[in-house]
Amino acid sequence: MAKQTLDQKLAILSDAAKYDASCASSGSTKRDSRDGKGLGSNEGSGICHAYAPDGRCISLLKILMTNFCIYDCSYCINRVSSNVDRARFSVDEVVKLTIEFYRRNYIEGLFLSSGVIRSPDATMSDMVQIARKLRHEENFRGYIHLKTIPDASPELIEEAGRLADRLSINVELPTDSAVQQYAPEKKPEQIRRAMANVRMVKDAGKEKSYTGKRPPRFAPAGQSTQMIIGADGSNDATVLGQSTRLYSSYKLKRVYYSAFSPIPDSSAKLPLIRPPLQREHRLYQADWLLRFYDFQLDEITSVTRDGNLDLEVDPKLAWALVHREHFPLDVNRASREMLLRVPGFGVKTVNRILAARRHRALRYEDLTRMGASMKKARAFVTAGGWTPGGLTDSADLRARFAPPPEQLTLF
Amino acid sequence: MHRVSLPPIGTAKAWREAARGFLAAGVPPEQILWGDHSAAPDLFGGESAAPSGGKVSVPRSFISMAETAVWHSDPERFARLYAFLWRVKDAPHLMSDRGDADLAVLRGMEKNVRRCQHKMKAFVRFREIGDPNAPRRSFAAWFEPTHHTVEPTADFFVRRFSDMDWRILTPDVSAIFENGKLTFQEGHAKPDLPEDAGEQLWITYFQNIFNPARLMVKAMQSEMPKKYWKNMPEAAFIPQMIAEAPARARAMAEAAPTLPPVRMDRVQAQLSAFSSAWDGPMEELPVAIRACTRCPLHCHATQAVPGEGPARADLMVVGEQPGDQEDLAGRPFVGPAGQMFDRVAAEAGLDREAAFVTNAVKHFKFTARGKRRIHQRPETPEIDQCRWWMNAEVAQVQPKLILAMGATAAQSLTGKGAGILKRRGTIEAGPEGIPVLITLHPSYLLRVPDPRVREEAEAQFRSDLAMAARMMAEAA
Repeated sequence: MAKQTLDQKLAILSDAAKYDASCASSGSTKRDSRDGKGLGSNEGSGICHAYAPDGRCISLLKILMTNFCIYDCSYCINRVSSNVDRARFSVDEVVKLTIEFYRRNYIEGLFLSSGVIRSPDATMSDMVQIARKLRHEENFRGYIHLKTIPDASPELIEEAGRLADRLSINVELPTDSAVQQYAPEKKPEQIRRAMANVRMVKDAGKEKSYTGKRPPRFAPAGQSTQMIIGADGSNDATVLGQSTRLYSSYKLKRVYYSAFSPIPDSSAKLPLIRPPLQREHRLYQADWLLRFYDFQLDEITSVTRDGNLDLEVDPKLAWALVHREHFPLDVNRASREMLLRVPGFGVKTVNRILAARRHRALRYEDLTRMGASMKKARAFVTAGGWTPGGLTDSADLRARFAPPPEQLTLF
Repeated sequence: MHRVSLPPIGTAKAWREAARGFLAAGVPPEQILWGDHSAAPDLFGGESAAPSGGKVSVPRSFISMAETAVWHSDPERFARLYAFLWRVKDAPHLMSDRGDADLAVLRGMEKNVRRCQHKMKAFVRFREIGDPNAPRRSFAAWFEPTHHTVEPTADFFVRRFSDMDWRILTPDVSAIFENGKLTFQEGHAKPDLPEDAGEQLWITYFQNIFNPARLMVKAMQSEMPKKYWKNMPEAAFIPQMIAEAPARARAMAEAAPTLPPVRMDRVQAQLSAFSSAWDGPMEELPVAIRACTRCPLHCHATQAVPGEGPARADLMVVGEQPGDQEDLAGRPFVGPAGQMFDRVAAEAGLDREAAFVTNAVKHFKFTARGKRRIHQRPETPEIDQCRWWMNAEVAQVQPKLILAMGATAAQSLTGKGAGILKRRGTIEAGPEGIPVLITLHPSYLLRVPDPRVREEAEAQFRSDLAMAARMMAEAA
């Protein structure tokens, strides 16, 4: 085989990496290179340097170190039984690509993942070497996200955490039995132990020693994970149950939901489907309600028919339509907790309402200016100059929000 | 009537000083005409300077809003800011009333400028204009912002790229950073920047990170509006990527599953060495070992040689692999190296009969040269495959100490085979945490040509065996 050029390797190894949804570069420590001795900065909020026509942000150089892999996970393009082209970057090639892209302001940093080659430890130690070289030889102060290999030794994962801003380990599928079925070599209990270990090391990093010195920072942007949606038969209640367990047990920053996407050279064990993008979107909405709007899991799932979120209306609206006894709310008197439950009101809008109503009574036009989506909210609130009358309890309220029936399109 | 014209560079500071002067002097908004440098001066018929100095206090949140909104491209921005400032000086709570119509407009301007700043941080594309090997590299970009965002955003690029020279040229204001110093210049014509080698790689990346099965053009355009495309090298390929996506997605769905590549069997055998464990009944273990075909060594050897000794033993002795004699006899430690071991063990007071003896690799690896078989050292894949049997034997024998003789045994039991001469005589952790005493392999003693070195090595080997004997005596 002819030797692959850097361009050919990049094509293969970025194509292989695109099924990982995460591209966040936010939430890490603030740092810069104003001193002229290094390259890069991190300002807390992430930056998306480009968008691909799939609507996804490109913030990091998201590549695999290699797409050779000894595992045979049915949903994965890189599984051992697939006939895709294979390639492997050297340590220096990844370092060079990262630095040169960064200097041209293409990226915020590196998101490095890898197929498992030889052994989990061997793979992980190559990845750690790349991060070490970026940090210590190139003085790189941009963002680094490392996908950790669950079976790698704890010492390697600890070093990875000291070098990287974020670590992640994919749980892959919502249930253990689905993992056993479609990713036979992966062990869910091992994945959970690895996440637990990351959390423990991170927690330990917060405690000062008796001399008052802090241990070195460990993955300041936290850990995240990804679940593939629609490959197995799990319903949304199962998926959200799993993610609440993960958020609470391992203090994850994010759980990413990735609609099972067609891959080249698919496995006979897992027929391709049209990616359930709307379902993915609804899961993210529900995830936000759980984390920022004080919703409980059973509140969201109890208003679904078969444990799956309503695809036609968002989960907050679905809840409000079933619980109309709480509405309409008076925006000038209602509590913060209840305002957060109004469809069309976001956290920012609610904060603005609370700040402004200390000085005067709010009218309908004020709410529009404050950023509320009144098309949704007006059936559920009263304000100066506005009362929804019979709208709140009208039988066709749902139909006003649900999209008109559409002819099915062929895949 | 007061007339003020603000400069394009340092606009925020100039507005703030002028506004402070007017406010301190009590000049109401309707008596001031604000203009920027683009307004023709004779339109106002001459200028009258703003009253300078004076002390006024306004909410901090107003200052931070004004310092952003002042960079908006709307010519009304200065007047709107001052008009709201005039109201806010008597009613500071207005700043927290997002329902106020004037504030809503200003907050909207602030948001637009912030968004424009954010897009500038994201979409500026540098090209290298200097020598890539120079100690201080040099880059330039052409960018067309919607608002006057270069000055308030330049510091971001200083924080990020201070170890290189860079310039961001725009039709409005340009930022130039050279040798650690930032300066601003007014307007530039679009320069002809040289081709950049990094750009092709970036385009390759952009095309391949795109998933054609999830086409969402609207989502892309709402975050990356078309007005920015002309200065982004990757954007030229977007129409083609969109056009080809449905066919690519269809092709993936229609492609029939293929047969796995030939490499798969080999890889999965390797994988099973890491993951599974032998779980048959213990008395069948020797039979199972003899039938082993886990690695290609079985093709040439006579037979696999399982360990020997009491079913449960406190001491387990592990050698490298069967030699010529062992391969023929099917029993471990019967060749010259085994005899050497027996002799030194007896001298060191080690009870050979009470120990379970076995090898890290169960098949003999050799090359045939003429009429002789020349021993070859097993390689890592073979050791890894055979560790499966090693672990099964350890699980059965349950030793309190394992004596690892030579590099192969050390690698199988501790994962590391290098540096035996330094490691000998020390205890390391083995499978299931069982202590492993590292020592030399007896065949090494047979091969050393220099008699003095050989004697020394034999003494070391003897002392290690004596140490094992002592530990056994203590454990008993």
